[in-house]
Amino acid sequence: MIDASQVIFLLSAGLIVVSAVMVVSVRNLVHAALWLVSTLFGVAVVYAVLEASFLAVAQVVVYIGAIAIMFIFAVMLTRRDLLSKSEQTNANWVWALGLAAIVFVALAFIISGYGASLNRLPAAMPEGYDPISALGNALVSPEGFALPFEVASVLLLAALVGSVYVALNKAKE
Amino acid sequence: MATETIVWLLPLPPLLAFFLIVLFTNKSKALSHSIGVGAALLSFVGSMVVFFRALSVEHFGEGEHIFASSIPWLPTGDTFLRVGVQIDPLSAVVLFFVAWTILMIFLYSVGYHNFGQPKGDHDHPGLPPHGATVTDAHGHKHTVLSVEPMYSRFFAFLGLFAAGMYTLVISDNLLTLFVGWEIMGLCSYLLIGFWYAKPSARNAAIKAFMTTRVGDVFMLLGLAYLYSATGTLSYREIFYNQEVLHHLAETSSHVFGLSAAGLIALLLFIGTIGKSAQWPLHIWLPDAMEGPTPVSAMIHAATMVSAGVYMVIRIFPLLTADWHGHDLTTAMSVVAFIGTFTAIFAATIAVAQNDIKKVLAYSTISQLGFMISALGMGAYIAAAFHLVTHAFFKALLFLGSGSVIHGMEHGVLHTGNHHVDPQDMWNMGGLRKKMPITFWTFLIGGFALSGFPLVTAGFWSKDEILADAFAHGHWAILITLSTAALLTAFYTMRQITLTFLGEPRTKEAEHAHETPWTMTLPLAVLAVFALGYGWVGIPEHFPGLGGLLPNWFHHFVGATLLEHPEAVEFSPIPLGISLLVALGGLTLGWLVYKDVKAGQPDPLQKPLGVLYPFLQNKWYFDEFYAFFVIKPMTWISEEFSYKWMDRQLIDGILHTVAQTALWIGSSLRNYFDKPIINELLGDKLGAYWTFQPAGRALSKAQTGRVQSYLIGAVAVFLLVAAALYLFIF
Amino acid sequence: MIPLSWFLYLSAVLFSIGLYGVLARKNAIAILLGVELMLNAVNINLVAFWRMGNLALMTGQVFAIIVFAVAAAEVAVGLSLVISVYRRHNTVIADELNLMKW
Repeated sequence: MIDASQVIFLLSAGLIVVSAVMVVSVRNLVHAALWLVSTLFGVAVVYAVLEASFLAVAQVVVYIGAIAIMFIFAVMLTRRDLLSKSEQTNANWVWALGLAAIVFVALAFIISGYGASLNRLPAAMPEGYDPISALGNALVSPEGFALPFEVASVLLLAALVGSVYVALNKAKE
Repeated sequence: MATETIVWLLPLPPLLAFFLIVLFTNKSKALSHSIGVGAALLSFVGSMVVFFRALSVEHFGEGEHIFASSIPWLPTGDTFLRVGVQIDPLSAVVLFFVAWTILMIFLYSVGYHNFGQPKGDHDHPGLPPHGATVTDAHGHKHTVLSVEPMYSRFFAFLGLFAAGMYTLVISDNLLTLFVGWEIMGLCSYLLIGFWYAKPSARNAAIKAFMTTRVGDVFMLLGLAYLYSATGTLSYREIFYNQEVLHHLAETSSHVFGLSAAGLIALLLFIGTIGKSAQWPLHIWLPDAMEGPTPVSAMIHAATMVSAGVYMVIRIFPLLTADWHGHDLTTAMSVVAFIGTFTAIFAATIAVAQNDIKKVLAYSTISQLGFMISALGMGAYIAAAFHLVTHAFFKALLFLGSGSVIHGMEHGVLHTGNHHVDPQDMWNMGGLRKKMPITFWTFLIGGFALSGFPLVTAGFWSKDEILADAFAHGHWAILITLSTAALLTAFYTMRQITLTFLGEPRTKEAEHAHETPWTMTLPLAVLAVFALGYGWVGIPEHFPGLGGLLPNWFHHFVGATLLEHPEAVEFSPIPLGISLLVALGGLTLGWLVYKDVKAGQPDPLQKPLGVLYPFLQNKWYFDEFYAFFVIKPMTWISEEFSYKWMDRQLIDGILHTVAQTALWIGSSLRNYFDKPIINELLGDKLGAYWTFQPAGRALSKAQTGRVQSYLIGAVAVFLLVAAALYLFIF
Repeated sequence: MIPLSWFLYLSAVLFSIGLYGVLARKNAIAILLGVELMLNAVNINLVAFWRMGNLALMTGQVFAIIVFAVAAAEVAVGLSLVISVYRRHNTVIADELNLMKW
């Protein structure tokens, strides 16, 4: 029998797969970016199902709010091909499809090879355990992931500076 | 409404006004200033309610007899960082003068920015208005003052500034104090650079921001140290808690033999040095005169610079934690030295300035030095008293000088001679007849600044500082401050004489004009305080007057401290000094400058000799910083960081990597490909006929398209993975 | 209650679709879209393993957050490269950018 969380999961998984297929197949790039938003939203629902509430919110805020919007901007800035009705796949798309299919089969084969441990069910949250504060502690405590966290911030800074520099219109200076 | 609720709400109206004006009403000048002034009025009414309720509480300030309320804000591990509001006697009196001056400045700005005047002919946002031509009923053309193009924007910034100041005053902890402090820092940057199309204003804004930043960084360090040492930033839990203070005083900081309390107090004090423009970070304040005059009044009298002194008064228990009432501690000596030196140093500069606002700017620095010096020698009440009286009379003077400039601009537009600087005092003279209200109020403000005996507020507060220095035997401080007070009286009278007395020295001064009521009303109101506020703090044993009025200020503000400070014993010597320097300086100033004619150089120029340009150039401090700070900085960033570090070291490493790859490539080509494949196999053994077609066929794989390479990579990866899976696992 | 395998299969599907997008789409921006799909597939895996494993070990979620940061950095740099390329060559079609061809 299927319970409520499974229904939610199946619905969101369906949303994810359908929108992901649309992302890689629609011709209009703006539509593709919008389908990406839909995919990311589905993933956020999956996070929520997994009780990773912080990640679910961060997914919506960071991914949908920032990254996807950035894509849409980039599409608009490179407008020449925006309304192109021509083929949006390159000559090797059959090869690509084949390889992607092989990768999927290989992954599925490996996953199914683990047998019974696959049917593992999530344990109930212990009483009084707050994953968000645990995550917060893990991110900033020196015994946890303070260093990777700081390195990530440096990476973001470098990316920020670098992207401004790369995208700067040097001809105008 | 509960008093605490009102206190919470005080910063809100100006803040809302800021957002309303910025977001919605900036097209309408009338609506914008109505919102701005209305918000200031709301906060003012709230402040007065709070102040008078505080007066009616018995034993206000002692123990729990204060208005306080706080909420948990940031969870920090197991505890919460609480933020909240509190009104104790000190913040009550500060709130009183802040509310009054802010309201007056808002009102004054309406007139200062020429509301109701026509639009300028070629005014440009970011530049001061140049005037507009109008044709009257008789067909005559006149040039009149034109309205400021960015009128609404000014009120928005002013609102944000007021919100910052209210936040600072009502805070019950150093964190929200710092928040208000920084809001004001931002606003001072925005307002000094209000006429951003003027390069000088832009530079002044940057200078002010950068200089105060130096202080703020140290202040933040002090806050961090304090928080890590005590786990809290609340006033009540630190400054009114003997245990914590004692602990901080006992702990050594391992720096210069200071106690932890002393070091924290000094770090926080460096923030004040920046904010209150004390030597050596005083350089930004005179340049900040580039902003519109209400801004000067707001920043240099009513709020921002007072905030610095207010903070030192707040942390006074910390500063004096290891003081036993006799010899000054190291931290206190530093504070006293900086204050005293600044007082005399800025006063000497003010003597040789020609710009009416620059004189006031240096005078502000000097007066703030008086307060800091008083705090350094433990004269808590005297410092607080001088803070309040100074805020009133200095706001009055700044607004008065703005009114003078405004009147002069009127004259400049009338004659059309735009080469006349309306701020240069040598172009003025005789304005008392043209601008009577401005003259009388400016005179009151000037006399208060000089400490004219008995009637002015400045006399009582300055006298108290000198009396404190005398009573505790700080002779060096007493002599220096007395000299500074003498100079103060002198340059004030110089200013008044040059500006208002005598005959007009230029045509422009002849055609100056009194300013509208929105400007003169604030002057009148502030003049009342510049006279009357001193009477609330007359020492009890003062001959004749003492005891007629209770020394309300001492009792009220004294209750802020855990141990109520003793009033110093009355002595005729400091009083005599005080009378002598005030009257002597005023008389001297009048005598020297009363007969100055147009085109004549400063009479001081001859007797002072080389000292005069030295003073006029502000002791060459800007040049000193340009040579010893800015130049090395530019050198380091350009020569070291850019040319050496980036260009040579980092690029050098990358270039080496690239060179290595190139070297490997060319070696393979020269020592393997050419001799072995081409010559040996190809030419000598005749295999070229296989190589050429093979090369041609293989080159098809090199499409240069990133995706085809990727397809190849994925395919190979899959093959290798499959092979590993099949044969190894 | 959802068994672990469901998440893993979902992630595998999403990853393969993303891979197809990366390999087959002409437009450089569309390629980046495909990369985002792949990164999300990885994240689903990470979070699922956290949920099914020891809840007190936050490694899975922390990793997912680092992936967020990396994805943001990658998109920022990638898109600015695309814009820069577009400005110089007036195209964002990956196939037309074949300067590396000998």
